[in-house]
Amino acid sequence: MANTMVLIASNTVGSGGSASIDFSSIPSTYTDLLIKVSGRDGTYAGDTSTAYFKFNNDATNQTHRRLVDNSGTVITVGTGTSLALTNMNGTTSTSNTFANYEIYIPNYTSSNYKSVLVDGTMENNSSSIYFGFLAGLWSNTAAINRITFTCDGVFAQYSTIYIYGIKNS
Amino acid sequence: MTDTTPMAIEVNCETGEVTERPLTAEEIAQREADAAAYAAAQAEREAIEAAAAEAKASATAKLAALGLTADEIAALSK
Repeated sequence: MANTMVLIASNTVGSGGSASIDFSSIPSTYTDLLIKVSGRDGTYAGDTSTAYFKFNNDATNQTHRRLVDNSGTVITVGTGTSLALTNMNGTTSTSNTFANYEIYIPNYTSSNYKSVLVDGTMENNSSSIYFGFLAGLWSNTAAINRITFTCDGVFAQYSTIYIYGIKNS
Repeated sequence: MTDTTPMAIEVNCETGEVTERPLTAEEIAQREADAAAYAAAQAEREAIEAAAAEAKASATAKLAALGLTADEIAALSK
């Protein structure tokens, strides 16, 4: 059972926004990784943008199964070939609201394929709200030492990402 | 947001160094290709969902025509 949690790195997007946020040289000294994202898309012209992430700059070898609910109605039960936060606020969603997600990556340095759990919600301060779960797989045996986030548009100012290392000893 | 070239943030977890730089032409082209692929996938997904909703509405109407009440029809999907 994991019993320590250490902040490895974090970033808060500045006033210009950012198309990508890349964390490199992630240490291999932990058992699992936990990532907390608070995000909003500052340029995507719609209610719901999507944010994507990839390991070690490899956008291939990604598969997932996801479940997405909008305001009490399941709108998506499906599969795909990406790793993603299922819905993130776009520019027409309620101002100053941000999506909140957790990404859990157990055994991120193992020589097996890497499973990923994503869960979170697109806050909207209205009757329309999305939440989603995504079970992902990166079919690669390399240790994860880099994680890159992108989205349909540009991460808005004040979007934050925190990466924590979890140790089981 | 401005119309300038999108920026990239790079965080080195070992040193803590944070670098902000404009995306390269190659990265911008990749973003555009990814966006096009995503839009196509989303359109396909929406078409599937619309077809499913249409089929459900059609089935509900046929059941109602057979004499089932709304409660009885709803009970079938529980």
